[in-house]
Amino acid sequence: MEEKDIKKESIYLKLMPYIEKYGILLLLVLMILVMHILQPDVFLSWRNVTNVFKQISWQSMLALGVFMVIVTAGIDLSVGSIMMLSLMVLAIVAKAGAPWFIVVITPLIAGFLCGLFNGAGITLLRMPHPFIMTLGTLYIFRGTGNLISGGTPISGFTDEVRYLGHGRIDLTWLGLEKSQYLPVSLVLIAVVYVIFWFFLNHSRTGKWIYAIGGNPSAARASGINVNKILIIVYSLCGFLSGIGALILAGRTDSGYPNAGLQSELDAIAACIIGGASFFGGRGTVLGVFAGVMIMGILRNGLNLMDVSSFWQQVLIGSIIVIAVYIDVLRRDLGTRK
Amino acid sequence: MSTFQNPLLEAKGITKYFGTITALENVDLKVHAGECLGVVGDNGAGKSTLMKVLSGLYKPSSGSLYFQGKEEILESPKDSQNLGLEMVYQDLALAGNLPIGENIFLGREPTKNIGFLKFLDFNKIKELTNAHLGKLKINVKSADQKVEELSGGQRQAVAIARSTAFNAKVVIMDEPTAALAIKEVGKVLDLINSLKKTGVGVIVISHRMDDIFSVCDRVMALFQGTNFAESELSNTSRDEVIGWIMGKK
Repeated sequence: MEEKDIKKESIYLKLMPYIEKYGILLLLVLMILVMHILQPDVFLSWRNVTNVFKQISWQSMLALGVFMVIVTAGIDLSVGSIMMLSLMVLAIVAKAGAPWFIVVITPLIAGFLCGLFNGAGITLLRMPHPFIMTLGTLYIFRGTGNLISGGTPISGFTDEVRYLGHGRIDLTWLGLEKSQYLPVSLVLIAVVYVIFWFFLNHSRTGKWIYAIGGNPSAARASGINVNKILIIVYSLCGFLSGIGALILAGRTDSGYPNAGLQSELDAIAACIIGGASFFGGRGTVLGVFAGVMIMGILRNGLNLMDVSSFWQQVLIGSIIVIAVYIDVLRRDLGTRK
Repeated sequence: MSTFQNPLLEAKGITKYFGTITALENVDLKVHAGECLGVVGDNGAGKSTLMKVLSGLYKPSSGSLYFQGKEEILESPKDSQNLGLEMVYQDLALAGNLPIGENIFLGREPTKNIGFLKFLDFNKIKELTNAHLGKLKINVKSADQKVEELSGGQRQAVAIARSTAFNAKVVIMDEPTAALAIKEVGKVLDLINSLKKTGVGVIVISHRMDDIFSVCDRVMALFQGTNFAESELSNTSRDEVIGWIMGKK
């Protein structure tokens, strides 16, 4: 190898961790700039920005859950159905007249239990791949949601129940106008993402989740109870889907049978765009957030420009393929063969 | 060196069945402090199964394990680690996506309490890693380097460092030089010799006579899941040991 090549390679190796960590943010900033240039009056207006955050609020919860699962080299196809079932449970409990503080925890419990069911199935029933278990529960949970609700929408929740998805934090005390409020769901996203960032990067369990994705047999040989960690991961994924249901209940004021249909694919797409590797062990919470934002901004921007939703599908699909190709290149550069 | 002492680790009459297959039958093994035992045998002779029994990954169908003279039942790798019994696996058992330091402390990370929450203590991990790598004279660019960026020899060194980071008393190594470039083999063998000097009992499974004859004090051969032959290294020769592997005495 020539000296020049060695130098080039070592610069790559030095830059690699930064590109891996922050490259996706560059893409996000670039997109925001392009949208701002194309739609200077509307795109960065208070109204539109809060709108984007409200639109991504529940998807961001599903994506975060699926992300943790993908880090373990697994997959969860059932998050959309978990969210729908949790939403229906919430709606039924609310209609039965339960007090609001009971109503708001029911989707969280329902989501957690669904996730626990997934985790238990994958580990105890020794399913050959999480794809199969969660493909099964994708149907099971949605079917159950329709069974308990009779397949019809249940609408009308109290303001307390709707607070997380629909609440507004008034900023007039800062001298801003009445219309320049902060959506509660935006604060919720920030809080949940920070908590899970800490959990994944600064707790032993979080480190073990990455270790399992990196090399499950190494994790096992290190005395880590791999099955227990996997059950925790799938349960937390379900729990986050439950939070998604609570947000959606606030936003739509309704439990409806088509809630979260195909949203598991959006969640997976956001993780992949955000740099999570399907091979496991790779990806950051910040990346997932960027992935969710990129999808949200793309949809929002294309809507503002009146581009047909068919083009949106084509574009999102293309971004997934390109993002994964970058992941392939990254692996080629970053590891010794 | 101290053959008249009690063995540090002793296995008596280990038998392991997988369904109808007998992987090990009535196998005995012992290793003393500061001694290196070489375990040889053909593919399928039961070497790896025996090591997995010793590390708590497999439960023996019958037989017993004694550590420092006391009978122990190992339910999981955690149990063997708690005794000071460490394993270096052939596939290295490292997570490539994690840095060197986090691999060495994987499953046993130091933590600090902030309020009622426990957080990983990254400074301590780095500090302990640098000290430990220094003690073993292992050179890497930084403890923060990811394991997948290392060469085979460096990975083996990290795996050995991992096994000795917690006051290991016995270290079991499965084919420690199999995946290495020739120039890296010497470094790993030096590492084994320096472990012996610190009083660690070492068990080396290897196909390579060079490895056995440069670090081991005693050698035992398994053949078709049974004890076949055993000798002090000074009383045997390469040809004889090769004969044992093929089932000839």
